[in-house]
Amino acid sequence: MTATALTAAEAGLVSCETCALLSRPVEAAEPGYCRRCGGKLEWRRHHSIQYTWALVVAAAICYIPANVLPVLNTTTLGSTDSDTIMGGVALLYTTGSWPLALIVLVASVMVPLGKLIALSYLLISVQRGSIQSNRDRTRLYRLVEIIGRWSMLDVFVDTFTVALIQLQPLMSVAPGPGVLFFAAVVVLTMIAAESFDSRLIWDSDATRRFDA
Amino acid sequence: MTRPMTDSGEIVACPECDLLQHLPELAPGAKARCLRCGNTLASPASEPIDAPLALTLAAAVVFIIANTTPLMGLSAVGRQAATTIPGGALEMWRQGEIVTAVIVAFCAIIAPGSYILFMLTTLLAVRRPPAPHWVGELLRWADSVQPWSMNEVMILGILVALIKIAELATVEPGIGMYAVGGLVVLFAAIMITFDPREVWRRIEWTDDVAEAVR
Repeated sequence: MTATALTAAEAGLVSCETCALLSRPVEAAEPGYCRRCGGKLEWRRHHSIQYTWALVVAAAICYIPANVLPVLNTTTLGSTDSDTIMGGVALLYTTGSWPLALIVLVASVMVPLGKLIALSYLLISVQRGSIQSNRDRTRLYRLVEIIGRWSMLDVFVDTFTVALIQLQPLMSVAPGPGVLFFAAVVVLTMIAAESFDSRLIWDSDATRRFDA
Repeated sequence: MTRPMTDSGEIVACPECDLLQHLPELAPGAKARCLRCGNTLASPASEPIDAPLALTLAAAVVFIIANTTPLMGLSAVGRQAATTIPGGALEMWRQGEIVTAVIVAFCAIIAPGSYILFMLTTLLAVRRPPAPHWVGELLRWADSVQPWSMNEVMILGILVALIKIAELATVEPGIGMYAVGGLVVLFAAIMITFDPREVWRRIEWTDDVAEAVR
């Protein structure tokens, strides 16, 4: 069974990332575009490792101001209170809705951090040519892809809070500079996850060891 | 289960690990997984075009309701306020958070809206195969905006905001909020019933330069 197992790239074929059509490019260096859907054909995503690293580093830098700077400024009768992401979590917790506090904590603090750690681990293991636990690493990548969008939660909470509470001069809520950095972390990590090519996880495994 | 490459049947490369394998004929509801990485390679549906088409039409109607009716209303000290999805993005813009406003508008309105539009056009066009080449382009665009369409994240965000504000004033959920909830269900149903492989099969394409293999 292992004798016949080949990857598309080894067989000289490129699989379209959009429509999965297999093509045999005339010029290996320039695979061109998919005949069926017009998508760009690539053996592996172009500069996948470098782009993903750049986006992960940029997101890690934005993660700090996202958590330190206030996301909401509440003005009540002339006096202003600032809330960071963690401040918002603490507020939810003290007002008795700990399940909500937990959801926001997971989505806003743990998911972005977990994504950065997971992507860094995947990148390092691919760069080292690891052939260990390929299946688990692929699962981890899928998890990163699925879960990443949920970090946008706090941006939506802040948006609708700001939109609704505009009762000048009694009470009004304005967005703080933290929101922008926070949204940037989410967008950058989502693009990072998309630019990572999971096929690289398997490329070192020339022995084709798999359980069939 | 799939088998490694053989000389018969359709051959596909796993999009996640690139392993070539033979894809067996599958009954609707069955699933083929990559034998190396476990990724789902195909999951044919019984009504791969008509069911998602009906659901997408419903989603288009619900999408319009979700974006035009209030998500929630607030009353405090004799004052009334309400907000819609575009109103939320607009208020962020007015408050000077232009980039955030654009990101919110994209994930909440533009991405789901264009996903519905691209899917609707694609599904209508492939009802009578062969569909013209540009249909494939549309499905490719639908594929790339889909990850940015965040109805399910937005509904949770609306609920959290609702509960947070309920500490300060009386808030009432509006029709828009239920519509967003409906969109979450409809989008999930579209993705379950839709089989992109069936659409690709119906799209016309020429094979003049690259020597493509079946």
